[in-house]
Amino acid sequence: MNSMVKRRQSLITFGVNALAWLLSLILLAPLLLILFNSFKTSKEASAMALSLTANPQWSNYSVVIEKGKLGTTFFNSLLYSVSSVLLCTLLSTMAAYVMSRNRRKLHNFLYLFIVLGIAMPINFVTLMRVMQVTKLMNKKIGIILLYTATQIPFNVFLIHSFVGKIPVEIDEAAVIDGAPATGLFIQIVLPLMKPVLVTVMVLTFLNTWNEFVMPLYFLDSSTKWPMTLAVYNFFGMYFKDWNLVCADIVMTSAPVVLVYLLGQKYIVAGMTAGAVKG
Amino acid sequence: MNKNRVYPTWFALGALLLYVVLYVLPSVMGLGYSFTDWSEYSWEVHFVGLENFKTVFSANYNYVRVLLNTLRFTAVTTIAKNAIGLMLAVLLTKKVRMLNFHRAVMYMPCVLSALIVGMIFKSIMDPKVGLLNTALRAVGLNGLAQKWIYDSKLAFPSVMAVDIWKGMGYIMTILIAGIMSISPVYYEAAAIDGGNAWQCFRHITLPMLTPTLTVTTVLNVIYGLRVFDTVYALTNGGPGFATEVLYTAVYKEFSKGRYAVGTTLSTIITLLTLVVGYFMIKHMVKGEGDLA
Repeated sequence: MNSMVKRRQSLITFGVNALAWLLSLILLAPLLLILFNSFKTSKEASAMALSLTANPQWSNYSVVIEKGKLGTTFFNSLLYSVSSVLLCTLLSTMAAYVMSRNRRKLHNFLYLFIVLGIAMPINFVTLMRVMQVTKLMNKKIGIILLYTATQIPFNVFLIHSFVGKIPVEIDEAAVIDGAPATGLFIQIVLPLMKPVLVTVMVLTFLNTWNEFVMPLYFLDSSTKWPMTLAVYNFFGMYFKDWNLVCADIVMTSAPVVLVYLLGQKYIVAGMTAGAVKG
Repeated sequence: MNKNRVYPTWFALGALLLYVVLYVLPSVMGLGYSFTDWSEYSWEVHFVGLENFKTVFSANYNYVRVLLNTLRFTAVTTIAKNAIGLMLAVLLTKKVRMLNFHRAVMYMPCVLSALIVGMIFKSIMDPKVGLLNTALRAVGLNGLAQKWIYDSKLAFPSVMAVDIWKGMGYIMTILIAGIMSISPVYYEAAAIDGGNAWQCFRHITLPMLTPTLTVTTVLNVIYGLRVFDTVYALTNGGPGFATEVLYTAVYKEFSKGRYAVGTTLSTIITLLTLVVGYFMIKHMVKGEGDLA
């Protein structure tokens, strides 16, 4: 009897593990396909098989960097992502901090007003008009400000709930010691916010790096394009050379995969915040 | 302690300024411009009443179909992502070896750009040499090898399948956090009473997870109504209008310079989303003390 229960148990354990592996492989297969094909010759890659090649063509990568103008677009993406991360984190932190600590009617209203932006869609047509009037159309700074503006709501939400958990007594002690408002914020509260700031920075980086709709609408010249849009354009021109397209995809995705693997803990923390509450 | 001196309101001004000018203002203007004849060719606009809305809801154009497509996309992907996400979450909260590896893999598609995912699946769904058809033929299922995104009947289901593949890991991650917040006491009590796995799921996990499932549903609905990336990358609305959704239609109106209809469609998305979004925000800020 006991051995039967044990056997049944180990059968279930085996089944659960096998299922997990099967599902993981379904998720991984398309990604491996791209990685494997990026090392093949154009002829081999045209079969689009999920197999390793005997002689890897490392030159695919250098060809793509040259033909796909990856140098320029990589630095564009880096500029947009890093600038948006810094600006958006700074502005969101300052706003969320004040709204969380100074809870008068005005601040509560402003907080809800900003957080409503999480659900609000962008009207790209009238946004173009605003961009023209503010002279931000077709400018790199315009794109950076757009990425900052659109990510403020979620970041304010994340930081606001975190600041709420930092005891106010810490502030009071600092104020009695004579710290000015900015000094209290920068020297006392900011260091305590490190976990949520990392989450905000990682998420903002990933979102900005992956985004392509803003440049699609508001940047007319390909020299200002980020990597995502450039790879799509490259795909349009070289769709017969899947090996090159795959190499381009790998290089465009490498930074986000790297940031994901390093910051997984922080991403999950941010993604589940607000969704799970008792 | 003087709160206004210690926590000066000007700290919030930078964020507010950018948010209002580049986010809220266009939406408000959008509503206004929906009642005009605004186009690329005339910067002077005239009030035309409900003309644009009549165009959008008229039987002479395809906009109603686009609206219905969007709603269908939203319904199908919401149900599928919740159902698959829930199954994955239940599976990956069991005693599985290399648990973190599996969780990390399932979440992976979420961190890739939708444009990249679109290109990957354009290759996989290629009718002649794509991995999908090759695999089907290899196991003798030649009849199942289809033209996928190039077939007017199968294009929309294919696009939705790709979107589900990309988004289910996100829902799974939220639901795993939800399952882990359920007190183990319930499961221990059930074990003493001799409850089996299905009974535990049906009578403990599912009811305790309802609030979290509500959130994931709302998140999916908001995402579905606003979808653009995946559709644009895979089919850009084609073949014909088979996969056209509201935001891809907005982009086409924008490209053709027909700003009035574009902004009207956008306003419709805004109104639809804000109704759903209001409830989400209310839930999200609950538990933050004196706010709600």
